[in-house]
Amino acid sequence: MSETELHTQQSSTQALTEPEKIIEVKNLSISFGAQHVLKNLNFHLNKGENLVILGKSGSGKSVTIKCITDLLTPDSGTIEVLGEKIEDLEREELSELRKKIGFLFQSGALYDSMTVKDNLEFPLLRMNKKLKRDEINEKVKKVLDSVGLAHALNKMPAELSGGMRKRIALARTIIVDPVIMLYDEPTTGLDPVTSREISVLINEVQKNYETSSIIITHDMDCAREIADRVLMLKDGEVLAEGTLEELEKNEDQWIKSFFGKN
Amino acid sequence: MEYIARQIPFPTLYSLPFIGIAFEIEEYPPETENIVMLTKQENAEKESELEEKVADTPGATRIFFSEAGAIAIFTGQTVRSIFSFPFEFREFIKQCYMIGNRSFGLVGVTGAIMGIVLTIQSRPVLADFGAEAMLPQMVAVSLVREIGPVITALICAGKVGSGMGAELGSMKVTEQIEAMEVSATMPMKYLVATRVLAATFMIPLLVIFADTLGLLGSWLGVNIKGDVNIVLFFSHAFASVDFMDLIPSLVKSFLFGAVIGIIGCYKGYTAGKGTESVGIAANSAVVLSSLLIIITDLIAVQVTDILL
Repeated sequence: MSETELHTQQSSTQALTEPEKIIEVKNLSISFGAQHVLKNLNFHLNKGENLVILGKSGSGKSVTIKCITDLLTPDSGTIEVLGEKIEDLEREELSELRKKIGFLFQSGALYDSMTVKDNLEFPLLRMNKKLKRDEINEKVKKVLDSVGLAHALNKMPAELSGGMRKRIALARTIIVDPVIMLYDEPTTGLDPVTSREISVLINEVQKNYETSSIIITHDMDCAREIADRVLMLKDGEVLAEGTLEELEKNEDQWIKSFFGKN
Repeated sequence: MEYIARQIPFPTLYSLPFIGIAFEIEEYPPETENIVMLTKQENAEKESELEEKVADTPGATRIFFSEAGAIAIFTGQTVRSIFSFPFEFREFIKQCYMIGNRSFGLVGVTGAIMGIVLTIQSRPVLADFGAEAMLPQMVAVSLVREIGPVITALICAGKVGSGMGAELGSMKVTEQIEAMEVSATMPMKYLVATRVLAATFMIPLLVIFADTLGLLGSWLGVNIKGDVNIVLFFSHAFASVDFMDLIPSLVKSFLFGAVIGIIGCYKGYTAGKGTESVGIAANSAVVLSSLLIIITDLIAVQVTDILL
């Protein structure tokens, strides 16, 4: 076997074994005034993976996922989502790409003036205008069943509890069959039981919808439940990366304190 | 104080006229002696620090121009959104209902009271000149040309403008606008363009309604101290109002509607973070749109005076 053939074979083997990168962030920096929130951030999300980003409040976690969806424009760096560079996309192309991304906001961000049904139909009608009424109703019923809130169909968001709002928000996100899920502190403000239910739901979504997810949190129980890989942010920089077990063994004082070992 | 002014590089001196810089300088005198003792490099650092402070000074002039610029850009984006396909027709109709139908009562009552008050207060003056018979004409011209559009617009600035500011502000604070954006929906099109257009079309209708009830109120006012037939009253009133009175009034009303819509949406859309911002957005929407209504009225009167 010649050297070239050997090299080609090695490359193809490597390509087969290396997981597909769904999101790749390179040298991402963003500042708000004099405050540098992200400083040359580098990371990636593999296909089918649950990547948990841990960090204290203000470390730039939420800003990172808002940059990924182009809700915030970074000062420098590149973000590649499903092989497309965000900064190169036209408005229509960006809109198409966003259809493949589900974003669960920290507050749930349900539309106050709409019922649960209208909230769920809203993204569906906008992303797929060819759907028939029966298909829409079926999809709404299916996602509501999957989050266990079929009875809340005609309720207003104000009538729902915090946990129910998060579930409906999750249902609204998965109704359009996203490829990527971005969760911004999905368990914040919830009691431990509801937090665990949300964590279980996140795992179920990944399993049933075959999504790749980035989960922003500082809830260690949630991270333990769902993380395949963990990225630890400190002051806008990656402090450590690895599995949760690897990070728990890390000797860094700051990481130790995050795991409650100090 | 003078010493510090010398420390600032020449181009920065142009920034001095901005209101507020004086306060920044006032804070510096205690450090003046220290600056004299600084090395060249430290001095340069201080200078750049001071330059930054000057640049960051929230001078009234700077705030005025930046706000005016931001509103102009926002207006441009809104106009572009209105004319880009597809138009959010259902949301537009919903907003027309919200702005128009839900303001009918308030505008109607205000219009009727305006008519009554205007009549009662004008009657003695006209009676002094023996021109009491001119009362319907005077009230009609006043209402149609000026009072109807301006008062209706000011009321709607309070009701509709603050509503838009608060609604969009709270949507911004609770990330609903961002949620809309990631749902492949353009918030400028869905939220702003529809509201601005609905306000632009509904305010003139409300003005016509207010004028009508104002005239009815005036007829009631006339009948407090007399007995005038409604047909006679309206025939006298309309005799003095011609088509050229209606055109400027309607044009003004459209402009007032656009002002209310744009300022209400702008204040809500650009609200800061936190619930406090919602209140600020609603309040500043009313204040700014009321001011702009008066300014627009002044300009519109001048322009129509020249043209017609």
